[in-house]
Amino acid sequence: MSGFEHHHRSDRVITTFTGFEADLLRSLASQMVELLRNERAEPAAPTADAFEALMSEFSGATTIPEDPVLARLFPTAYPDDEEAAADFRRFTESGLRDGKAAASGSIIDVLEEAGLPPELTEDGLVIDVELTPDEAETWMRAFTDIRLALATRLGVEAGDEDYWHSLPEDDPRAQAHDIYEWVGYLQETIVEALMS
Amino acid sequence: MSAASPVEVEPTLTPDEITFLAKPWVTLVWDDPVNLMSYVSFVFQKYFGYDKAKAEKLMLEVHNEGRSVVSTGTREEMERDVQAMHEYGLWATMEKAS
Repeated sequence: MSGFEHHHRSDRVITTFTGFEADLLRSLASQMVELLRNERAEPAAPTADAFEALMSEFSGATTIPEDPVLARLFPTAYPDDEEAAADFRRFTESGLRDGKAAASGSIIDVLEEAGLPPELTEDGLVIDVELTPDEAETWMRAFTDIRLALATRLGVEAGDEDYWHSLPEDDPRAQAHDIYEWVGYLQETIVEALMS
Repeated sequence: MSAASPVEVEPTLTPDEITFLAKPWVTLVWDDPVNLMSYVSFVFQKYFGYDKAKAEKLMLEVHNEGRSVVSTGTREEMERDVQAMHEYGLWATMEKAS
């Protein structure tokens, strides 16, 4: 396992993944895209009025998403003002969703351009990734979203590392937590690479 | 139409502070168990243009006190900042400065 490094001469943020790691990262990024695209929050109640129905397609959601992951990705901006919070959500959530989906989408695109096949079959595959600083920042944001999603599903809390490490190795939650820590490591090294 | 009359402002009757500017708003970032300290500090430097010392101070405030005021301005400016923080996955809210 290796993290990201800043290659000074080319000004690229680089790393090498095994086929397994690249495939895993693609799977996480694909799930994020799917979550953001599928659970489109529906604006208000359905209406018989054709004009209103048409207009509602253009207006965004106004209520907190039901899925706790989405609720964390799109927090309430005004905790004490329901009306202002709804307006803020209407004007920002759909753009934020698109931006986040595009960020995770760029992980998929870059990995496949770097040689990750649609189905991983070959052993010993190595995927070299070279990112421009802008691309690296996009990946860094996508890693944040992926970590927030994993942590929300797992119920990660501050200072609970011992609990996770005490779980048996074959516990699926322990495995998911290992992946969460791995993405954290990737993110840490990408931040360091961007700061250097 | 009216003409200004020669009124004298009585110092004793003048409130301590007279302001006609709208009360400023603030953007708050809240602590969460997920975001890395290095990442939060990076975001404050990158988005707000704060130097490393200020970014780290704010990041530690979030970490130790649970929240920190990271920017101050008009309501519209704070809405932009909150939106940007959400783009970066930070848990941000806004409120009127107290």
